[in-house]
Amino acid sequence: MIEFQHVAYNYGGGELLTDISLRLPPGSFHFLTGPSGAGKSTFLKLCYGELHPTAGRVTVDGADVAKLTRDEVAKVRQRIGMVHQDCRFLDHLPLAENIALPLTATGREVPQADMAELMGWVGLKPLADHLPPSLSGGERQRAALARAVIMSPDVILADEPTGNLDWEMSLRLLTLLTELNKMGKTVLIATHDMNLIRSAKSQVSARVLRIRDRRVQLAGSEL
Amino acid sequence: MRPFRAVGELLRGDSGADRIVPPSGFTVRLTSFTSAAMAFLAVFALALSLASGRLAHRWSAALADTATIRVAAPAGQMKTQVAKVMEILKQTPGVTSARPLTDAEQKKLLEPWFGPDLPLDALPVPRLIDLRVADSGFDADGLKNRLAGAVPGAVLDDHTRWRAPLVAAADRLRLLGLVCILLIAGATAAMITLAANAALAANDQVIAVLRLIGARDVYIARAFIRRFTLRALAGALIGTLAGTGAIALLPAASAAGGFLTGLGFQGFGWLWPLVIPPLAAIVAFGATRSAAFATLRGLS
Repeated sequence: MIEFQHVAYNYGGGELLTDISLRLPPGSFHFLTGPSGAGKSTFLKLCYGELHPTAGRVTVDGADVAKLTRDEVAKVRQRIGMVHQDCRFLDHLPLAENIALPLTATGREVPQADMAELMGWVGLKPLADHLPPSLSGGERQRAALARAVIMSPDVILADEPTGNLDWEMSLRLLTLLTELNKMGKTVLIATHDMNLIRSAKSQVSARVLRIRDRRVQLAGSEL
Repeated sequence: MRPFRAVGELLRGDSGADRIVPPSGFTVRLTSFTSAAMAFLAVFALALSLASGRLAHRWSAALADTATIRVAAPAGQMKTQVAKVMEILKQTPGVTSARPLTDAEQKKLLEPWFGPDLPLDALPVPRLIDLRVADSGFDADGLKNRLAGAVPGAVLDDHTRWRAPLVAAADRLRLLGLVCILLIAGATAAMITLAANAALAANDQVIAVLRLIGARDVYIARAFIRRFTLRALAGALIGTLAGTGAIALLPAASAAGGFLTGLGFQGFGWLWPLVIPPLAAIVAFGATRSAAFATLRGLS
């Protein structure tokens, strides 16, 4: 479980987030919304230890992320799958190797049957040997999702995952994320796409958090 | 034990880790070239150092077991004076043999300065006595005192004033060779550190992705360390082979050639260059490891 306790974050110039206290319970589905520059990406980075709060603390399963060693932070990240808008692949490796990277980087075997099943789940089986630059935006996002879940993490964090996708592809990705939530994964999606949020509400019981005036609030019924 | 474990992991390799760093790269080729060039120079520095060591030993040994007594006396008293000196030498512990040079031998010594027609009888040339000395040495000061008392015209030269600066010079030359090897190792480390830093900077996106997915620093660093270490090893092997080949092609040692023709390796000395490639690999390993962890520590 990820928990924020009176968290604030300053970007040098001023306070971006202030006094945030919330919990992401296991198996929950949350959207995080707000205007561009509100601090959605910063919030996610605080979750997986890429940034540390300037006040308060962020804990993952009770451990204060700011006090973990570098190796312990790496272990936390192995339990949190990240999907970025820009995907971030190793462009010189084929897609299948990119997806399997969390396993190979931690010295684990890559079960071929599981790999094939995962590639099939995201609809990328025929593209296993392709290099990432040759893929479309939607294919890259699905590949990023496959890479995020290959370690069977407890939590999936997605930062504007549909930002570069058309509506049909966005819904397809959303369906994959709701399927993961139904398997018991905690899902947090940062997005400014209100249509996506409305669509999700028909598929899954999701809470919507909104960043307003540097604080995170539970969004009302207007969503 | 950690360094041993790190080296073990390096030697074992990891096909997955090897592939995470893009295969091409100017910096990696630069490492091979630098390593080859430095190994080539190191072979010569090593040869110089070993040759200087041999030279110092040879000079020291040649001059240490001999001494000379120069006897100056009027022509009529020369035989008597020489006989007195010989008598003293017989009673001097540490002097194994002594022999006055013949006229012919003295004439040959003076020939380079006075020409072949030197009338030795007509000149007041001192008589030289050649001494052979035991390894344990002899009491030069005591002998000088006894000679001064019995034969005032006899002067002992135990070669100390010749030997000391020659041996010191050869020793310095040997030290210089070793310093050259250290400087080469330092320059190699500096070049490889620069190349590794450039490679790490060029692959910042690779590192960002790996950290994002939970790869530990040691895994990321190992990929770079292994690549640079193996490249340095390969480069050093080529450089060492080329350097050793060049040394082998030098003219063979001869008495006439003196020091320069004796620059090559001798006997088991030919095995010494084998030390250079592993040494280059160790330097590359240390330099890349240090650069990689310093870079990774700077990332969140």
